[in-house]
Amino acid sequence: MTAQADDELWAAIADPSRRRVLDLLVSNGDVSASWLAGHVPFSRQAVSKHLVVLEQAGLIRRRKLGREVLYQVEVGRLDQATRAMTDLAAQWDRRLGSIKRLAEAAHAETQRSKGEGRDE
Amino acid sequence: MTDDMQRLVIEREVLIEAPVEVVWRTVTEPDQMTRWFADRVELAIEPGAHGHMQFGDQGGPVVVQTVERPTRFSFRWNHPHGEEPVAGNSMLVEFTLTPEGDERTRLRVAESGHELLTWPDAEKARYADEHQEGWGEFLDRLVTVLVMHRSG
Repeated sequence: MTAQADDELWAAIADPSRRRVLDLLVSNGDVSASWLAGHVPFSRQAVSKHLVVLEQAGLIRRRKLGREVLYQVEVGRLDQATRAMTDLAAQWDRRLGSIKRLAEAAHAETQRSKGEGRDE
Repeated sequence: MTDDMQRLVIEREVLIEAPVEVVWRTVTEPDQMTRWFADRVELAIEPGAHGHMQFGDQGGPVVVQTVERPTRFSFRWNHPHGEEPVAGNSMLVEFTLTPEGDERTRLRVAESGHELLTWPDAEKARYADEHQEGWGEFLDRLVTVLVMHRSG
């Protein structure tokens, strides 16, 4: 995955309103922008704007059915997004784990020095 | 500052059996940071200070945002592109240290995206009101759907 594509993906799902639109598409599939607008507390224009960003990031695709345009999620891309997010969370867990080990070791060292009757 | 309006993207925490001052030094001192974060850290721990972090052969600028010893420390970084980190192009990493007694500290980290900062204030406020849920629920749903698709 290129850094550029990564950025687009990140920006697309970093926004909570877009996640809500994406959530609706995930659970209901194949629906129109009007239907989506009826299920979110923001405007039809906002929905359209979010759909454009999601489509550019490759997270959803559109198809025409008669006069209607229907949207559905791109499962492969969602999978990629999920992995990117869980990877980032795991990275921070590793870093926090290292901080914990370092700080606890430093503290134990200080306690030991005190125990030997030295000032800090 | 509009930090309160910004939505958190990734939030993790850990409970450490050490006083808050010890944890603070581990988190903020550059020679300690090289033991849990970047390979090389050049950074003054004061608000607005510009520094640099190197990860292997990749590196990028860092700007310190908040320093409230010993409870809050945050910086912006733009990795791996290396542009000057400002509100519109970078990630904000915020550490919050909460003492729980004399010898125990809760350390929380939040890394958040830049997207909302570029939206008009009215929209930001509305989004902040409407959305309590974080990544947890979203990821759960994604995983459920992915499993359904694969087995279906």
